Amino acid sequence: MSNNRHYPALSARLSSGRLGPLWALLFRIAPPRWSEYVLTHWTGKKLVIAMPWLWLLLFFLVPFLIVFKISFSEARIAMPPYAPLLEWAGNQVVAIKLNFGNYAFLLTDDLYFTSYIYSVRVAAISAFLCLLIGYPMAYAIARATPTWRSVFLLLVILPFWTSFLLRVYAWIGLLKSNGVINNVLMALGVIDAPITMMQTDFAVYIGIVYSYLPFMILPLYANLEKHDLTLVEAAADLGARPLTTFLRVTLPLSLPGIVAGVLLVFIPAVGEYVIPSLLGRADQLMIGRVLADEFFSNRDWPVASAVAIFMLILLVVPIMVFQRIQSRELEARR
Amino acid sequence: MRSRVVSALALVTGFAFLYIPILSMVVFSFNNSRLVTVWDAQNSPTLKWYHALFSNEQILDAAWLSIKIAAMTASIAVVLGTLAGLVLARFGPFRGRTLLSGMTTAPLVMPDVITGLSMLLLFISMEQLIGWPKGRGVLTITIAHVTFAMAYVTVIVQSQLAGFDDSLEEAAMDLGARPAKVFFRITLPLILPAIASGWLLAFTLSWDDLVISQFVAGPGSSTLPMVIFSKMRLGVSPDVNALATILVFIVAMGVVGGSLWMRRLEKQRARESQLAASGL
Repeated sequence: MSNNRHYPALSARLSSGRLGPLWALLFRIAPPRWSEYVLTHWTGKKLVIAMPWLWLLLFFLVPFLIVFKISFSEARIAMPPYAPLLEWAGNQVVAIKLNFGNYAFLLTDDLYFTSYIYSVRVAAISAFLCLLIGYPMAYAIARATPTWRSVFLLLVILPFWTSFLLRVYAWIGLLKSNGVINNVLMALGVIDAPITMMQTDFAVYIGIVYSYLPFMILPLYANLEKHDLTLVEAAADLGARPLTTFLRVTLPLSLPGIVAGVLLVFIPAVGEYVIPSLLGRADQLMIGRVLADEFFSNRDWPVASAVAIFMLILLVVPIMVFQRIQSRELEARR
Repeated sequence: MRSRVVSALALVTGFAFLYIPILSMVVFSFNNSRLVTVWDAQNSPTLKWYHALFSNEQILDAAWLSIKIAAMTASIAVVLGTLAGLVLARFGPFRGRTLLSGMTTAPLVMPDVITGLSMLLLFISMEQLIGWPKGRGVLTITIAHVTFAMAYVTVIVQSQLAGFDDSLEEAAMDLGARPAKVFFRITLPLILPAIASGWLLAFTLSWDDLVISQFVAGPGSSTLPMVIFSKMRLGVSPDVNALATILVFIVAMGVVGGSLWMRRLEKQRARESQLAASGL
């Protein structure tokens, strides 16, 4: 134990236990600096921080690095279907094979770029429609009496708790050529022949707006509910008409809620895969569908990874803005 | 006056938009016709799709698997998410704080295909490197679900904690309680409602997830959404309506019951703090 002069207390404690001889041996072979440090310096507090931190590091951050790595490797027919980046080239030389071919491929093939632009457009229009429907609802809920407020909020959240897939399924029944909407319109004599609504952009907008509406209403409500209503009264006392008051007072104040809600819809909608594959067009895919097809049908994992990295590059700024708003919101309440 | 009309109009159209699809699904689950959307007035209502549903082993097995995964996910996610929320709300600045807060908000908006792909590639790399986890199945699905579900729990717990000031905890510390005791006697009871709703939310998120499961599931571990999705690709079928109706019913009962329970808890707490304030 002589070589362990830095932690005499610790080594004394360890070597007095039943496994003392083992520890003594281990300490002599290699002073376990890391574990000693952990044992002597880590308090409960650090342990509490470490648990969620390490989990997220391993299962959330590290995976992105792996995706990044695989996006540079070459596809091959094997399991796993990609070539390693580091290879022993003999004579103790490690060859690093960085392959930019996947990215070059994404840039040359039109399919990726058009589906990319298309996804952004669909997500942006859907987020805007969500705002158009969600803002008046959030406003009305925030200004209702407390009892009604909780009832309305419950009604907003309730569909969210039922299965997302089944809610999209419900729209298939409504939108089909022989579906409920067409049947009703034909029975009323509004139209003579069924309108094609399935497999159109319209159906995708409906599906996304319907599924993501709670994500728009809830942050907007959280913002609108906190407003100081005396400001509105003051504006009215000073002679502003309701519309002017809304545009000059309420709307600017609710801007953080609007941005949070729009991002909460826009970012996941860009990568949406289920809704467009059930309701959307067959001739124009969204980027999430392209990624899944690359992965599941073509089994080209490197290209799928490159698509994922491309998507992330596009989304990194909106995600950081969202994160900024979110943490400001949570800090401000203290 | 006019603003009231506008408000009412917004709510009525909004809720109609939210609920008409669900209602139509419920109504057509009692329809006799195989064509999901054509009402067969002579032989309806009927329960035959419910019979079909309950004799469909594949769906029942998948539902049971989904329940098990969701319960495990929710339980682990609640522990990790509560810790993360506590750390972010109460521990002040520490090294790695920004990273932690980033890693707990990014999963809220990350597109599912990216999360699913990156998780699968992680599991495969880990299996190559250290031989764990062996293959893919319930374990990998649960790990993946915990990772995104705990982010939601963190946000709920953190915002609940941000709503309380820490004077109660400080008082307990001053009176000599150790940190662990403060947490279990003061903090935990305060955030219990948040933890309960966090558990339910994590359960639903896991129960509902299709895309991430599709990436990280292995053969023989098909969750309910995966089975429904493959059925839907073959065309609509009325027993899915029956399933949806049952789910809507359970959820409605659960949510209404849960909120009544919450309200009672809140009232009780208000009464207690009133008693405490009056010095009794």
